[in-house]
Amino acid sequence: MSPGIDRRTLAARIARDIPEGSVVNLGIGAPTLIADYLPEGLEIILHTENGMLGMGPAPQAGRVDPDLLNAGKQPVTELPGAAYFHHADSFAMMRGGHLDICVLGAFQVSETGDLANWHTGGPGAIPAVGGAMDLAIGAKNVYVMTDLLTRDGVSKLVAECTYPLTGVRCVSRIYTDRAVFDVVDGGLEVSEVFAGSSLEELRDLTGLALRDATGTPSVTSGRTS
Amino acid sequence: MIDRVRADTAEAVAGIEDGSTVMIGGFGRAGQPVELIDALLEQGATDLTVVSNNAGNGDVGLAALIGSGRVQRIVCSFPRQSDSYVFDARYRAGGIELELVPQGNLAERIRAAGAGIGGFYTPTGVGTLVAEGKEVRTIDGRDHLLELPLRADYALISAFKADRWGNLVYRKTARNFGPIMAAAARTTIVQVDEVVELGALDPETVVTPGIFVDRVVAVGERAWLEAGEFVGAESAL
Repeated sequence: MSPGIDRRTLAARIARDIPEGSVVNLGIGAPTLIADYLPEGLEIILHTENGMLGMGPAPQAGRVDPDLLNAGKQPVTELPGAAYFHHADSFAMMRGGHLDICVLGAFQVSETGDLANWHTGGPGAIPAVGGAMDLAIGAKNVYVMTDLLTRDGVSKLVAECTYPLTGVRCVSRIYTDRAVFDVVDGGLEVSEVFAGSSLEELRDLTGLALRDATGTPSVTSGRTS
Repeated sequence: MIDRVRADTAEAVAGIEDGSTVMIGGFGRAGQPVELIDALLEQGATDLTVVSNNAGNGDVGLAALIGSGRVQRIVCSFPRQSDSYVFDARYRAGGIELELVPQGNLAERIRAAGAGIGGFYTPTGVGTLVAEGKEVRTIDGRDHLLELPLRADYALISAFKADRWGNLVYRKTARNFGPIMAAAARTTIVQVDEVVELGALDPETVVTPGIFVDRVVAVGERAWLEAGEFVGAESAL
């Protein structure tokens, strides 16, 4: 059985779906990798919740600026056209529907687009939500980037989330290492299956009635200005 | 003459009472007023409620304050991080109370307090654990939660430059919670790299007008900027 595509290949795949002119927030963790694969020459603006539009890549050695961090508290750089603002303005951009796309990680996503990604609810777990709930309800398009299965081989795509929710019916597309899924009319459609997987296998792994949409061209979402 | 400049950090944090609610600026290490927090540790106020995005990194600043046992309760959005071991240990031992607030609600509750707003309805958190016990109202066909303002007795923040009236400019993402916390506290205390002459800040670039600021102290935090080319800057992360 195929183990699926690796994380960097998936990041590159997601990057291809981001149209020029988009304002995009990449969640901490794996989604941050997408920035490395945005096509050069296209103007795509990255937003970071701690108060910046026009975020650039990591600095060169010896050019680390402790005042210039991303949401994961890693040093970054500013690109021409960048802007800084305070936290209430930054979350106004998120909550107010001004971001075109956000890409978040997930513990679970339900077939109706509910997202759980902040708390396992387990004993001794310390909850930390950060900006995830604001992004989940605020961005025009909420994408998830995740492995289809947990380390224990359990599907992260579920009929109903058992972990505490981040947002209700907020996810529109899920990019996994095995396939791309769209949430359509309260159910999941498979728009693309990566080499080595099959629709039957995906249905078997998730236990969900996945609709086959691999024959239809994928709709590019996200407003371009 | 209006002069909000204090001689040193001890003078800047003088009078903070036991039981105070203290907002502390910063997102991770950027914008965290470490020198003021050190002075607060020295000053001795206890039974504090702290409002801050994170619950400290490493052993310094907010982490040291939490480690001292003087913070009874913390209101924040993202306590758990790779280097938040001081908070983690204290929380697991039942030594600190946590109110977890989604980051945008935290920011807007602080902003509302400073702006004299009695509350606001937001879609963030609807249908989640955060919604428990909160009024839900449907506005334009969408459910919203009532969130209330979050004020403080004191705000400790870090900015780049100030004048003696307390006008402030910030630097890059170190701005974060500074401007909204400055407005939400009864007494706002600011550490800056440098206090400049009145009139030296371009009024068009002032981010926090001095009306929101009570005390200013220069600490020269960014020695690596003076050294040029970010020499030694990584140690300040």
